[in-house]
Parts: sequence; structure tokens; C-alpha cells
Amino acid sequence: MECTKYSAGDYKNGQSVRWCAGCGDHAILNVLHKAMAEVGVAPHMTAVISGIGCSSRLPYYMNTYGFHTIHGRAAAVATGFKVANPEMTVWQVSGDGDGLAIGGNHFIHAVRRNIDINLLLFNNKIYGLTKGQYSPTSARGFVSKSSPYGTTEDPFIPAELVFGARGNFFARSIDVDLPTAQEVMVAAARHKGTSVVEMLQNCVIFNNGIHNYITDREFRAERTIHLRHGEKMLFGKDNTMGLVQDGFLLKAVEIGKEGYTIDDVLVHDAHTPSNFLHQQLAMMDGYSLPLAVGVIRDVDSPVYNEEVDRQVEEVRAKKGFSSLRDMILAGEHWEVK
Amino acid sequence: MLEKANVKYLDKVVIRFSGDSGDGMQLAGNIFTNVSAGVGNQVSTFPDYPAEIRAPQGSLSGVSGFQVHIGVGVHTPGDKADVLVAMNPAALKQNIKHLNHGGIVIVDIDSFKESDLKKALFTTDDPFKELNINAQTLEVPVTSMTKAALAESGLDNKSVLKCRNIFALGLVCWLFDRPIEAAQHHLKNKFARKPAIYEANAKVLQAGYNYGANIHASVSTYRIESESIAPGYYTDINGNTATAWGLILASEKSGRPLFLGSYPITPATDILHELAKRKDLGVKAVQMEDEIAGVCSAIGASFAGNLGVTSTSGPGLALKSEGIGLAVMAELPLVVIDVQRGGPSTGLPTKTEQTDLMQALYGRNGESPVVVVAPASPTDCFTMAFEASRIAIEHMTPVILLSDAFIGNGSSAWRVPDTDEYPEIKPRFVPEELRETWRPYMRDPETLVRYWAIPGTEGLMHRLGGLEKDFETSVISTDPVNHERMVDVRRRKVENVAKDIPALEVLCDADADTLLIGWGGTYGHLYTAAEELCAEGHKVAFAHFRYINPLPANTGEVLRRYKRVICAELNTGQFADYLQSKFAGMEIHRINKIQGQPFLVKEVVDGVKQIIDQQ
Repeated sequence: MECTKYSAGDYKNGQSVRWCAGCGDHAILNVLHKAMAEVGVAPHMTAVISGIGCSSRLPYYMNTYGFHTIHGRAAAVATGFKVANPEMTVWQVSGDGDGLAIGGNHFIHAVRRNIDINLLLFNNKIYGLTKGQYSPTSARGFVSKSSPYGTTEDPFIPAELVFGARGNFFARSIDVDLPTAQEVMVAAARHKGTSVVEMLQNCVIFNNGIHNYITDREFRAERTIHLRHGEKMLFGKDNTMGLVQDGFLLKAVEIGKEGYTIDDVLVHDAHTPSNFLHQQLAMMDGYSLPLAVGVIRDVDSPVYNEEVDRQVEEVRAKKGFSSLRDMILAGEHWEVK
Repeated sequence: MLEKANVKYLDKVVIRFSGDSGDGMQLAGNIFTNVSAGVGNQVSTFPDYPAEIRAPQGSLSGVSGFQVHIGVGVHTPGDKADVLVAMNPAALKQNIKHLNHGGIVIVDIDSFKESDLKKALFTTDDPFKELNINAQTLEVPVTSMTKAALAESGLDNKSVLKCRNIFALGLVCWLFDRPIEAAQHHLKNKFARKPAIYEANAKVLQAGYNYGANIHASVSTYRIESESIAPGYYTDINGNTATAWGLILASEKSGRPLFLGSYPITPATDILHELAKRKDLGVKAVQMEDEIAGVCSAIGASFAGNLGVTSTSGPGLALKSEGIGLAVMAELPLVVIDVQRGGPSTGLPTKTEQTDLMQALYGRNGESPVVVVAPASPTDCFTMAFEASRIAIEHMTPVILLSDAFIGNGSSAWRVPDTDEYPEIKPRFVPEELRETWRPYMRDPETLVRYWAIPGTEGLMHRLGGLEKDFETSVISTDPVNHERMVDVRRRKVENVAKDIPALEVLCDADADTLLIGWGGTYGHLYTAAEELCAEGHKVAFAHFRYINPLPANTGEVLRRYKRVICAELNTGQFADYLQSKFAGMEIHRINKIQGQPFLVKEVVDGVKQIIDQQ
């Protein structure tokens, strides 16, 4: 961390923001500026790399280094960038189409490699920039312009994909919950390795209200649970509900009823290497069990770019070639006089 | 060696090793090449191997070959072999067409049993008669003598049989008067970590050599001319390794760290292998998840301030098209190496062709000019990889390097250059005096090169992207006139590279009426053909292109100087078409071959004569 203190304004540039009025991206952008200031990495040491789609316009609104690349490839560009220039802090911005459809391969491999990037995945379950086609996170049967009779395929659940790719950091927030959004972005930035943050985001034009079941103020307390490492898994108005273990599965209970006490409620351990419970927590959808927001998994593991640098140092220390010519002449050759 | 009978003195000779793809013919050929280069021969090699890793043993599809040309004035691996080593009937059948009239055939007669003949689809029990072979044939019991040599070794039968290739190598070393100690030295390096295997191979090598000495009466042996070459340190190098090393030198000369993003693909993978080893020079080579990720990671590295490179072959280049377009738009340095192979689609993965020229020049959406260069030989891969990097960095543009399977896998002896033989590469960083007014797409007014701002620099934060930018302000713009202006400026920026590359040279008989031209990896064959034509009394000039886009500035002037221009290339005429599109009204005669094989010198000589005769 640098000593200089930055404010959110230091990460913002003068460009007028072109997202639709009411789009969830506005809030996420503002929170990102704040999160960056809180983390305190200088703007010139920060790069924001995106693919294509509404959310991928984000780098243009940053006063950092930025690269608006091509559809689906942000993770690959970010990987090369980070390996080449590991001093920089790298953020990747992708939507559900960019990151999980056309860029699905790069997404899972970035996560598997554990390259040190912070990956913001804006999930609005729709293609916005191409005007309303279903995405790989749209529910089965979802009606859109490209699925007029409903889709006939199951969606990805981003968390499940992250765990399938052996991810070590997964967090979630909602575009209307700014404090949590900032909390998870800061945690993502501080985690070494690929940090995936799923931002449930509302597309006001083509999929308005897709997350309403979760975001509805009246029911949000009982339909979501804010997980914090080391704290009891409590939710509901006044935290009267809790998650307990029920065999291999989780169960939501009301404390004081059916014999459940506060002692039965699980304590969240985001740092445990096993992803068994993390996966169950991340798969809760707000219906029978509350949808989890906050940092669900945050586990240290070897970081790709650091391992590359370590190998370079080790090999150079052992062989110590000063130049190409030096290296060639250490190998098989003959002299003509 | 005085006891050798029937000695022939030659200035050059071609040897072809062939056998089952598991027989180790590439290793035997490589060691023979290195030993020959070590005694001062020029060498040129052509590994000809099947796409299958292990086709059924003894079958025609599993035959692997390695041809090497040694001597003086060697520019190609040779049209045909003077000596053919065939380890089994299938190898004999597949390769006899590559034997010169008057050549020698060496076979492992132990591998010519009835069942072996059947596997190679012979219908009689006399394969030599069936193939109508009149050549001097040396029937050597390679298998049984290898077994005998290793009877006491304690090795299992499978390991023993793996040494057969080295018996053949020993015999060929005797035939060509090669120092056996040098061959032993190479074996020792190869099996450095397996001393028992080294001991066995050294023993078998000696046995092969002794066998030759003992049967000397029955066959000719050769003395090959060596020549006085420029003093210095030499090593044997193939085109793919040379490419990797040229990139490393460019990194040293530019001060930009080298990053390779790549995905394995035949016949380009050795570039990835070599650069992955070069962590000892600080190179970062990343095996990405696919071809697209390869180019995109390289673009990310370039944005980060590195020399970003991706290596591939034709099908991979197709996948990288969109990424290359991004680098065109972002105006970042990027080197894309295409080691061409037979296409389209998966095509002939292990065979050579020059069929990706149009793809390299035009295979992208939008008006998307890039620089295209093509090395002429295995060793020229070093120079042209350096050149591709220099142009990419100094002109802020993607550069496609069109190598091919023939020069990528082929090798020759190479003098290790002193680093000061190559120029410094000067990245065009944002000039200090412009820092206040700088915008990301601000250009040098003369070269039109965009200044490079390296992430991590205070005060130069900027955003790049694939969307069109305003010429003046560098922000996103959909203004129609601005777009046309930007298309034009990107085109002129690439055209300006012509001022920064050498002029086209004319070789052989510059005053001739006929100009033979070619490009890329066919140089050795075409040059040799032009020399032969001149030696036969035909007046032929020769010009070879290594810079394809832009063309050398004097191209039109050179071409118009000749009454007759003949373009020989390993495709259906892509370069000839390209030249005709650049120089309206010019007639270009063509010699084309699309067989996955390099030209034979004879084919070019005959082709040129035919065109001259027709007029």
C-alpha cells in the first residue's frame, strides 16, 4: 500500500458516462472509485481491462490505465498484462455474456491459474448492448428476443463455475447495496490471486427487475445473508434466523424454535481451504435459503504471476546468463579461426 | 583411413535417413548434421516426418525421414539423396523416389522378413526388384549386429532395438569419414542423464563404424569438401530456434522485456519450447488456453510495455485475426509468428506451404493493414524475427512473420553474431516536451507513429480500445470523416515502414532479360536454381523478397527492368497476384507447387526454361 491518500475523485475522469439512466452500472462505477481510494493504490499503478458489452465501457470512466478490448478476451489480455507488468494492480470488468459465454474459456483458465487480477463480473442475466438476448446466466425458460418461446437450456451459476475452476476468492454483492459492494471490492483487491466478484446488476431497459426478488427492500433481510469471516451466519430482520448444518446440507432455522439455539448457527470461515461449504453457501438462491452476499471464499494459494517471477529469479540465479550470446556460447558450439 | 577403397571426392552430398517414426531417424540425422557442421561443412536439413506420433509399426504411413545436405555452396537440403538409409521395407518404398541416379541404398536386411514386407504392402518377396532398384545396395544386418554389440549390456530387448539408429549412424559416419568422437560427444549430451543408455549407444556407434571399415571393399566412400568460412563461433540452428533467439536479441536491443503468449501447434511449437526455457534470460513464455488467448495475452503484455509476441501456424492465425485487429486499432507493437503448414483447415500439419500470405495480408475485418515479413532460410529466421520486433516497436504496429515448416524445422550452421552487429531498437516513448499536451493517439508527424506511454508512468494514464478514436482528442468517435482520416493514417503509417527497410537486391545475372522472384522460405531452392540456370548459359537474374508489406521501395523499378518476371512460390500464385495488384499491368509468369513439399531445384530450373522457351 502506498502512503499517499487518494480520494474517489482521483480515479474518476471527466468523460460523461453513457450508460442508460437508472442502469445499475452507475452505482457500481461509483463504488469502484471509492473502493480504489480505500485500497490506496495510485491511479497510475492501476489498470482496468474490459471486454465488450455495456459494463465493459467502464475503463473509459476511469482516470487509470485502461483497455477496452474485444468480446470475451479481457481475462486473456489482463493475464498477459499482469504477467508482463506485475507491479500494476489489474481490474477486469466483464458482463455475464462477455465473461461466461464468449469469454468462458478465458474466465475459467484465469481462475484456475490464479493470476492476480480482480475480476468484476456484472451479472444482469441479459445481453444489453445487442439489445436483449438471453445470456448464459438466464434461467431455463427465459423469454427474450432470441428465445421467444423460452430458453431450453440451463444457466451457469457463476460461483459454481468459479469453484469448478478451483477458484480461491469469490464474493457477491448487489448493485443497490453499496456498502457491501465496496466491502467486497476492497476484499477482492487485497486478496492475492484471481478474485471474482459477482455484482448482481439491473438492466433497466432489457431485463428490469430481474433481481427484484432479492433486492426488494421489504424482503431483502430474509432473502439474503451477509457473510463475514468469523461471524455467525445470521440473517433476517433483527438477525433472528441462522444457517445450521443438516447432514451434508445447510438449513435455515429460526433461533429459539425447534430446539435451535445460537450455538447451533454456523460461523463463516472464508479462509478454510475446502470449498465444500463455500460452494453450498454460494449456491443459495434466496428461495429456500437466503442468497449470500459478502466474501464467501478467500483462501491463499500460489499466485501465477508470482510463481513465474520466482522461477525466473531461481533459474537466473542458477545459470546467470547476462545475454543471449552468453547463453548460446554456454551451449554446443564450435569455433572457426 | 588410407585403407578405404573406391573413394569419391565431392563438393557436396545428400544423405537421407528413413525408418519407422519410432526408429530415431531424426536423432541420427541431427547428430550427423552437427558432426558435419563441426568439420566445416555447410549444412542444410529437411526433417520429413508424419503427423501421426506412432503410426502402426512398419506401415507406410509411419515412415519418418531426415534429409541432410553437406558440403560447400549448400543452400538447400538437396533435391535427391546420394545415400538413402532405409531401416525397413516401408521406408525403402516411401523414399526410393528421393534417391539420385547412381546413389547408394543402405537397408537393415534383418527388417526385410516376409511379415515386414507385408506391412509395407509388397506383393512379392523381392522388394528391390518390385521397386525396380538398380542402385548400389548395401544389405546390412543392423538389428542382429546391434543385438550382438549389446549382448553383454544387460539392457532389455526393447532398449537394445532402440539403438539400431545409432548403428546406422556409425556406418554412415564411416562412409563419409566423419570423426566418430564428435558423434560420441553429441550422444553423451543427448543421454547426459542416462549413462547406461549412452554407453550402449556409444558401443553401437562404434560397432556400426567398424562394420563399415570391415566391408569397405564393397561400396564407395566419400570425402566431402569443407570450405573456409568466416571466423567466429558457430552452432547448428533450426529456423524455430533462430526465431526465438531473434526475438530475445530484439528484447535486449530495445530494453523491452519479452513476453510470449502461445498455444501448442505443429510446426510452430518449438518456438514456445525454446522461449519457455529462456527464463534464464528473463523471458516470460505463457502457454495460454487457446490461440485467441495467446494473441490477447501478448497484446496485454504489449500494452503493459513489453515486446508482446504470439507464435502459431495457419489455423491459429485464423483464430487470432480479431486480436490482431485490436492491436491494429490500439496501435501497439505485436509480433505474430506464423510457421506456415499445408492448409486449409487442419490440412497437412507437418508439411510446408506458403499459402497463408493472403491471410496475413488481408485476413481481418475492416481496413486493417499490418506489416508482413518472411525469413528466407533457417538462419535468416534470426534476422527477420529481430526485424519484425524492431518494426513492431519502432512503428507501433502488429507485424506478421511468415516462416514455414521447411525453414522452421530445417537447420544449418550459424555464426553466432556479435550483438553490436544489430542496431539498437528505439521505442518511441512520449517525448518529455509533449507530456503536458499529450494524448494517447498523438503521433510523430513524420512517421505517423503513435507515442508509447508505459503503464505505471505517472501522469500518462490513458485508455485504449478497439473503438475508433478521434484523431485530435483520442476519445471515442463515430464521426464519419474522422473515421476515414484514421483509416488513412493507419495505412500511411504502415506504408512509411518502406522507408525503414533495405532495398530489393538483384542477384545472379542482373543484366538478364528474365527475373526469377520468390519470397520467404524458398530462397535456397530458387537461388540455387538461378545459379544453375546461369551456369548452363541462361541469362537469369534473381530477386528474393523478405519484406512483403510494405514492399521495398524499389520493387516496381526492379520488376519493370526485366522483360520477363517469373514468380515461384509454394501456393497457387498469391504473391504474384499481390504484386499484380500493386503494379497494374504487370505480367508475372508463375511456377507453383502445392504438395506440402519444398521445391526441388530441378523443378524450378525446368519451370523457368519452359517459360523462356514458350516465348
